[in-house]
Amino acid sequence: MAKYIVKRLIMAVVAFIAVSAITFFVMNLIPGGPFTSEKAMTKEVIATLTKRYGLDKPIGVQYLNYMGNFLRGDWGVSLKTQREIWPDLQSRFGVSARLGLSALAIATVFGVIFGSISALTRNKWPDRLLVVLTTLGTAIPSFVLATLLMLLFCMQLNLLPIWDVHHPNYILPIISLAVYPMAYITRLTKTSMLDALNQDYITTAKAKGVPESKIIFVHALRNALIPVVTYLGPEVAYIITGSMVVESIFTIPGMGTMFVQSINDRDYPYIMAVTIFLAMLMIIANLITDIVYKIIDPRITFD
Amino acid sequence: MAEEKLKKRAFLSSQIDLSKFNAKDFEKATDEEKRQQDVMGESTTFFKDGMRRLRKNPLAMASIVVLIIIIAIAIVAPHICPYSYSSIITVDGRRDKGATDLEPMQWSELEAQYMEKTGKKLFPHIFGTDSMGRDYFIRVVYGTRVSLLVGIVAAVMVLIIGLIYGSIAGYFGGTVDLIMMRIVDVIYSLPDMLIIILLSVVLQERLTPLIKGTSLAKLGANMISMFIVFALLYWVGMARLVRGQILQIKNNEYVLAAKSIGTPNGRILRKHIIPNCLSIIIITTALQIPSAIFTESYLSFIGLGVSLPLTSLGSLANDARAAMQTYPLRLVIPAVVISLIVLAFNLLGDGLRDAFDTKLN
Repeated sequence: MAKYIVKRLIMAVVAFIAVSAITFFVMNLIPGGPFTSEKAMTKEVIATLTKRYGLDKPIGVQYLNYMGNFLRGDWGVSLKTQREIWPDLQSRFGVSARLGLSALAIATVFGVIFGSISALTRNKWPDRLLVVLTTLGTAIPSFVLATLLMLLFCMQLNLLPIWDVHHPNYILPIISLAVYPMAYITRLTKTSMLDALNQDYITTAKAKGVPESKIIFVHALRNALIPVVTYLGPEVAYIITGSMVVESIFTIPGMGTMFVQSINDRDYPYIMAVTIFLAMLMIIANLITDIVYKIIDPRITFD
Repeated sequence: MAEEKLKKRAFLSSQIDLSKFNAKDFEKATDEEKRQQDVMGESTTFFKDGMRRLRKNPLAMASIVVLIIIIAIAIVAPHICPYSYSSIITVDGRRDKGATDLEPMQWSELEAQYMEKTGKKLFPHIFGTDSMGRDYFIRVVYGTRVSLLVGIVAAVMVLIIGLIYGSIAGYFGGTVDLIMMRIVDVIYSLPDMLIIILLSVVLQERLTPLIKGTSLAKLGANMISMFIVFALLYWVGMARLVRGQILQIKNNEYVLAAKSIGTPNGRILRKHIIPNCLSIIIITTALQIPSAIFTESYLSFIGLGVSLPLTSLGSLANDARAAMQTYPLRLVIPAVVISLIVLAFNLLGDGLRDAFDTKLN
């Protein structure tokens, strides 16, 4: 067990180094340096500045410096706003995290409930309805859903206000983010629940006269949840990328809006910092997923 | 018929006890009886069998019909429709400045006058026009073309790279496999969407001057970087799958037999192993298409898609957001087309899985 966790940790660290290195070196391919756009400076001034910021060192050393600063919370300065990136992002991250975690929780809880209903009413109308809905749910990109929901509820029907700072309204953004993972989890739970219900231990439990509800919740559902856990990592990745567009559509002042904005502004230090940060989140999510999976199902081997 | 007494079997003989039969049992079969042995149906191949099952699946067949219609429109419409996706509508050689923001099937004043004067009927603006006076239908058609192209090219690239990589790793095994699979593990854990965004941003700066003036310029640096990223990252799922299949198949006796008569490795892979994991490969490729279309529309939506004036469904939807209250149709049309394409490919992939993956049943 400990060996597995160590192995998995090492892989996560390797992945993180790979991502940050790719990000850093790729970003360095962009022509132009940090001082090219400034007012005309003498060569001496540029040389001094270059030396001061360590830009005369080999690129490998620059990378190590950048990462050292990054892990200490010094993410550099935005080209656009000339402000420190990390303090600026901190508050935005809170908004995004609230949105993302709510979507994650809703998608998982409702996905498991709908999946169980679907499995228990197999080929009856609730199951059929859910099959149709989940098929649709996995075919509509989050940004399409978000714009259509906004069009329908905020503009045509006037049921919900559009997001603003004083009246934050998280309902539609959460729905737009949660639909796809929810549909996916519903399908996953249904398949694994049907699988679990066909196992011998369920028959045994039935034969012994265990009440139906206990069979479903204790014996079937607990085993059916194992595959759902594996989806946690991809789900986090989906919600992070999805929230970029969903936030910009609903003009929520989160990290995603800022990221899309910085792409349009070509604000390279910002793009680099946010990319590395989000990559770190995704890698951690994958790590947790794998370890939790291993804990609840010790049969899995590392390979 | 002469009744001949059959010989009695010797004690403890292993011969068939003929005394249990009589001469009638050894009569020649009549012609009618012989005909019963004829093979009535042709022997089916694996492919034919799968196609038969697929044809019975109404959802999969409906998706095929929808896809054929969409692809046919995407191919044919630009030849029929006289408008261009990139330029403003012209009437009688003059730019029609009044042809902006037309409703579906509506003509501008200039066009109406022209039709009255000459009596000729102009091609209708099926989806109206956009705010710059371009025919929206043809823009949607070109957007669909781009989206389909991205999906199919990505799937083919993933197929080729994943197949080659996975078969080498799976077939040789041992240290080769170990190293190759560790590389896959690392790539697998990279957040692909972030890397696509990153590369698109950077390659746009680097590629735009490089491809200027070539035919690639029309496609735009973003599209090329998207393809580069698909080629770099998306094949790992396919490689893992192929490797797993090969590890299973290569332990079969017929592979051992082929090896023992000295068949070269390449031939064993091509003739024995790959055909046996073909069904799973086809299914995964079919499901790769919608996921690539998803990615493309997403990137176009955040402004990293095809370069102007070319368009894709994602960028059409993005452009329509600004005026979505006044012209909601302009948002709804590309949104519906994307969802329809993705839905059809998903259902087709599911249908293929049910039809071809016999182990699943």
